Amino acid sequence: MDDRRPTSDDRRRKTDDISRSRFAAPGSQSSAARPPTMSKTIIQIDGVGKRYRVRGQRERYLSLRDEIAKTFRRLSTKDQGRAKDFWALRDVSFSVNEGEAVGIIGRNGAGKSTLLKILSHITPPTEGRITMRGRVASLLEVGTGFHPELTGRENIYLNGAILGMSRAEVKRKFDEIVTFSEVEKFLETPVKRYSTGMFVRLAFAVAAHLEPEILLVDEVLAVGDAAFQKKCLGKMEDVARGGRTVLFVSHNMAAVTRLCQRAVVLNRGLVTIDAPAAEATARYMQSDSGTMAERRWGDVSSAPGDDVARLRAVRVLNSQGLVADTVDIREPLSIELEYQHMASSLRPTAVVHIVNEGGITLFATNDWEDRRWYNTPRSPGLVRARCTIPGNFLAEGHFFVLAAVVTYGRPYTHHLVERDVVSFLVVDHSEGDGVRGPATDFWPGVVRPRFKWDVTKLPPTGSEWTQGPRAR
Amino acid sequence: MDVEPAAELTKGQGPVAEYVIRPPGRLLSVDWKELWRFRDLFFVLAWRDIAIRYKQTVLGILWAIIQPVVTMVVFTFIFNRVGNIQSGDSTPYPIFLYVGLLFWHYYSITLTNASNSLVLHQNMIQKIYFPRLILPATAATTGLIDLAISSIILAGMMIYYRFSPPALGLLVLPILLICVILTSLGFGFFLSAINVKYRDVRHALPFVIQLLMYVTPVIYSVKMLDKHPVIKYLVLWLNPISGVITNARAALLGQGQVDWGIMAISLLMSCVYFVFGLYYFRNTERDFADIV
Repeated sequence: MDDRRPTSDDRRRKTDDISRSRFAAPGSQSSAARPPTMSKTIIQIDGVGKRYRVRGQRERYLSLRDEIAKTFRRLSTKDQGRAKDFWALRDVSFSVNEGEAVGIIGRNGAGKSTLLKILSHITPPTEGRITMRGRVASLLEVGTGFHPELTGRENIYLNGAILGMSRAEVKRKFDEIVTFSEVEKFLETPVKRYSTGMFVRLAFAVAAHLEPEILLVDEVLAVGDAAFQKKCLGKMEDVARGGRTVLFVSHNMAAVTRLCQRAVVLNRGLVTIDAPAAEATARYMQSDSGTMAERRWGDVSSAPGDDVARLRAVRVLNSQGLVADTVDIREPLSIELEYQHMASSLRPTAVVHIVNEGGITLFATNDWEDRRWYNTPRSPGLVRARCTIPGNFLAEGHFFVLAAVVTYGRPYTHHLVERDVVSFLVVDHSEGDGVRGPATDFWPGVVRPRFKWDVTKLPPTGSEWTQGPRAR
Repeated sequence: MDVEPAAELTKGQGPVAEYVIRPPGRLLSVDWKELWRFRDLFFVLAWRDIAIRYKQTVLGILWAIIQPVVTMVVFTFIFNRVGNIQSGDSTPYPIFLYVGLLFWHYYSITLTNASNSLVLHQNMIQKIYFPRLILPATAATTGLIDLAISSIILAGMMIYYRFSPPALGLLVLPILLICVILTSLGFGFFLSAINVKYRDVRHALPFVIQLLMYVTPVIYSVKMLDKHPVIKYLVLWLNPISGVITNARAALLGQGQVDWGIMAISLLMSCVYFVFGLYYFRNTERDFADIV
């Protein structure tokens, strides 16, 4: 097979190099603490492809009549059908070692879910071969098979069996599942009376107690509210750190960089990047139309704005002053706006909002902070305004920038407002020198600033309680 | 290909299942071992279907009795009193009809539920792997509960009409039941697989079942077809349910002798349908997730 598929072999060799270099340079990843005994290949994917036949528009299902009519047409015209082949995956090869957590990223339609479905045995590949060594559980959705008429207790057994747990296994873990789900009081209530939150919590609780050797997870974190997503992420992290092999399909770059050591990027069914997670996500986001961290408008007349100010560029800069869409949580970053100022009578101000993945505006800031500039009379020309956000301030995750140029005063005027004009990713490598310190689990908060702490041991006073001094 | 030596695979603690995923071949046989491994899922799904069947109903399990009993009363009035169809001998028509209805109900309900089972669970099929055979098979199991409950009424009627079944009859009953189960599973597998691709099944089935009832001796006795021997033997040989009902009446009500020849043919045909359905299902199963 090696002779026939040099590409897959090359890729495999490359993969091996990556894993070797990872062990050679501990400390570069959060997983450095893992023992280097996991070189055993547990999933081996070789030249896997999946072809779908697309007949014009994809029909949801066919009616027998259409099929008969089509058959006749085909027989009479010797026309082998205008069915087009669509390869959802093509020549996908990589291997996963025991205990490794690998992220699979890519845009919609890149073939991520198809790959996961093939690995889960749900749909067969058209070509290629996959070898799996271990019990597999796939989590393509939480709450699959939940029945609304059944009670919480009954659904735990039902869902457990659907996910591949034996009755004895569910029975053994029952209390744990119930505690994790926080729905003890409603165990005998039909699930249809549950709130969405309760439903999802129960469903995830069951799934979280699966104990396979290989776990395949698809966008499970896309359901539920923010708090729940975080809980899922924390649990996933436990699983990944527990030495189990995890394949994790996600859109959430922050989650991938946190959970996985390695990431595979799929693009139109092909593996385009297979590298350590941070590198892969960074390269993926750069390749993504090039507009994640920088946006420019060459033609002033079509740029956003009015006859006072027009936007020329917005970019995210890292601590070295380079355009970057991935920023280390410890390093400062800058948001830079360039706009064409065209009317000297007004004094426009640049404004930046930072919005997180949950859509929350963390803060708004404007160039009034630079008093020297703010008080300067304006003359037409190109203006560059740069706002620096300190390191150890933003939380990890994806952030979106709103850029605006406005004039305060009477009348208050918006010259331009651009939402989500650029975005960037803040990555926490959890190397022990960040805000988290030694903690590696989920860390709450929309920002992650460092504060001064003073801790002292009090001398024994004999009194059980103390009172702080009062302000006058 | 790097095929590692077998010793490599058994390293480490506990059993490590190794398996290979490949494009499927032409003809797939049934993986009985795998079915056995998923038995817990089968039982849980069967239990679920039974558990939800009568949830939020006032009469609950009584529905399993009401349906055949009311059908019996109405049919007796229409076909026997008005239409003057007789049981063919001294057997009272209601109990004659009820024996037929008992099997017929099981058969038609199982066919309907089984053929819808895959479409109904399309979400599960797209998200989880398990032997898809479990779904239609579950439908056949849950019908048995209703069959058992409505049999109680039969027992009551037999006491009322003073029938004491011959001991031989009770021995024959399991064979008859197996014939019906195999036939309904066979067609259930086939129809459920077809239904995934062609939703015409959903429209055709209720009407086909209705027609099928008339080519099955439920409301009449096969003796009435004596003048049309071709039709009679087609009905008896191709449709195992006909043989089952005829033999059930002989075994339970002493209406004629148990016809071992017909019994053998019924058993053979039900096995043929079962195997056909099973293999058709197995060999279309792989695409279910993509087209359902």
